Amino acid sequence: MSIRRILIANRGEIAVRVIRTAQALGLETVLAVSEADRGSLGARMADRALCIGPSRPGDSYLRVETIVQAALGSGCDAVHPGYGFLSERADLARLCEQENVIFIGPTAAQIEAVGDKLRARTEAIAADVPVVPGGAVASPAEAQALAAEIGAPLLIKAVGGGGGRGMKLVEDLKDLAATMDMASAEAGAAFGDARVYLERYVAQGRHVEVQVLGDGRGNVIHLGERDCSVQRRYQKLIEETPAPHLPEDIRAQMHEAAVRFAARLDYRGAGTVEFLYDVARNQFYFLEMNARIQVEHPVTEMVTGIDLVAEQIAIANGEGLHLTQGDVRINGAAIEIRVNAEDPARDFMPSPGTVSSARWPDGEGIRVDTHIVDGAKIPPFYDSMVAKIIAHGPDRATALARLRAALGETRIEGISTNIAFQAESLADPDFARGGVDTGFLARRATRAAAATGD
Amino acid sequence: MSLTAKDVEEIMKLLEASTFDRLSLELDGVKLELERGGAAPPRAARLPREAAPAPAANPAPAPAAAPAVKPRKNGEEGLIEITSPLLGIYYRAPKPGEPPFVEVGQKVDTETVIGIVEVMKLMNSVSAGVSGEIVEILAPNGELVEHGEVLMLVRPDA
Repeated sequence: MSIRRILIANRGEIAVRVIRTAQALGLETVLAVSEADRGSLGARMADRALCIGPSRPGDSYLRVETIVQAALGSGCDAVHPGYGFLSERADLARLCEQENVIFIGPTAAQIEAVGDKLRARTEAIAADVPVVPGGAVASPAEAQALAAEIGAPLLIKAVGGGGGRGMKLVEDLKDLAATMDMASAEAGAAFGDARVYLERYVAQGRHVEVQVLGDGRGNVIHLGERDCSVQRRYQKLIEETPAPHLPEDIRAQMHEAAVRFAARLDYRGAGTVEFLYDVARNQFYFLEMNARIQVEHPVTEMVTGIDLVAEQIAIANGEGLHLTQGDVRINGAAIEIRVNAEDPARDFMPSPGTVSSARWPDGEGIRVDTHIVDGAKIPPFYDSMVAKIIAHGPDRATALARLRAALGETRIEGISTNIAFQAESLADPDFARGGVDTGFLARRATRAAAATGD
Repeated sequence: MSLTAKDVEEIMKLLEASTFDRLSLELDGVKLELERGGAAPPRAARLPREAAPAPAANPAPAPAAAPAVKPRKNGEEGLIEITSPLLGIYYRAPKPGEPPFVEVGQKVDTETVIGIVEVMKLMNSVSAGVSGEIVEILAPNGELVEHGEVLMLVRPDA
């Protein structure tokens, strides 16, 4: 089998990103666009753009049958799903498999295996990958025994809860029985389900993830890790590699754990294994695996010199892995900021509209992934992330200095962006020191509120 | 279990004898949708790839949303475009070898079915959405049409 023409089932910067690599490989591209994206940069760059439906994602980018029909009808032999939208929907991968269209990603079965949190946790345990200690408890005696194993502080979570609801913190194990009674009664009243489980509480955690590539036959390599701890409401805003000040033994163990996890699944394609690094305990736990190319993949590309989209295509084409683990070299450091069309002054309200002019930075070590050019429209129907600015350097300090200078050069007119907000985060002494935890942005917001007397 | 062609025939008879216009049946992963007055779908090969295996039963077209009708200036003033309401494979006739739904010169009204657009074996009938006379048929039979692609031009009734 040989891929000659790819349907790209995505939009925005990632569509442009995939088209660039496909063109460099001499492949033809067909871009699926909604009505709102007919005039987008990707639509102009692709060999052909096909309108798949109205602007709302549910009527266009999220329609599995329409995407596969578009691929078949336009003579594409492969589909690249990008990230978001249908990228981790097993039914797209499965329909492609049935119709003999190559899905550039893992198998439908692999997407299902990692998409279900409980199953993924079971797979992690089976692969000897550490998970957050905890579990269900049926009696006070069981709870005491498990709590002693987990150690304080710990969380009591309602089985029926989620999204931060139905959680109670136990700082001292002597309060366990009383807090459990209360948590159970509250859970019964709030969720109609009094069952609770215990989980270790990580007061200070860092989000560190490992990029892997698998050939689908059990061979897996890693391309180092990325630290994505700068988050606002669980949304990543700044990502970098290598993870600063991570103990070297932990870094190596994480890489090995990610490879073990993916190899156990005979994982095919590019994927990311996410971990929570518990700073106080110097331990890490498996969170989940993302079965797709990720937004923050460019930092990995900058330090390794490997084009991850090209590797995805090669694996999908049955070429296996072009590289061995020994071929992967980490050169320097890279940092990325996400540019969102949103207004930090108005609680990060999305700011759709028309970009009257866009001046992106360039220079040594600078890369910009975007679909935003002068006159580009940012429709209100989609994610507000419109660009990524990435800086690479021989060391972290150089990369950071280059990124800060690049942000100073960037001028986007016509819409609001978070660029100034991102520049302030980069200037924070804690960030400059490196290795901040996931509470970094919340602490900055609290300090800012206190300073203005809000 | 699965449905045989004979089963489907029986069900179609039942529907015909009933007072219902539509029937949707789902059992053990088999989904059958029938609609009174619907045309049988084409069996034409999907281009440019190989033909899909013929489904056990030909589902009747599901009604598609009314196509967008836009006025158009194309030589003649005041012509109206009939556009495809969705992306798929466009067919002019209910089946290969059968006469097309409409021909140039034919009068249509808003409800007249002018073609079928197939999305992964689901047949969607397209109605004219306008009353008038067909002046030109633009979309090629059996090929992919985009959402919003112009299928035909109509001279609207005065």
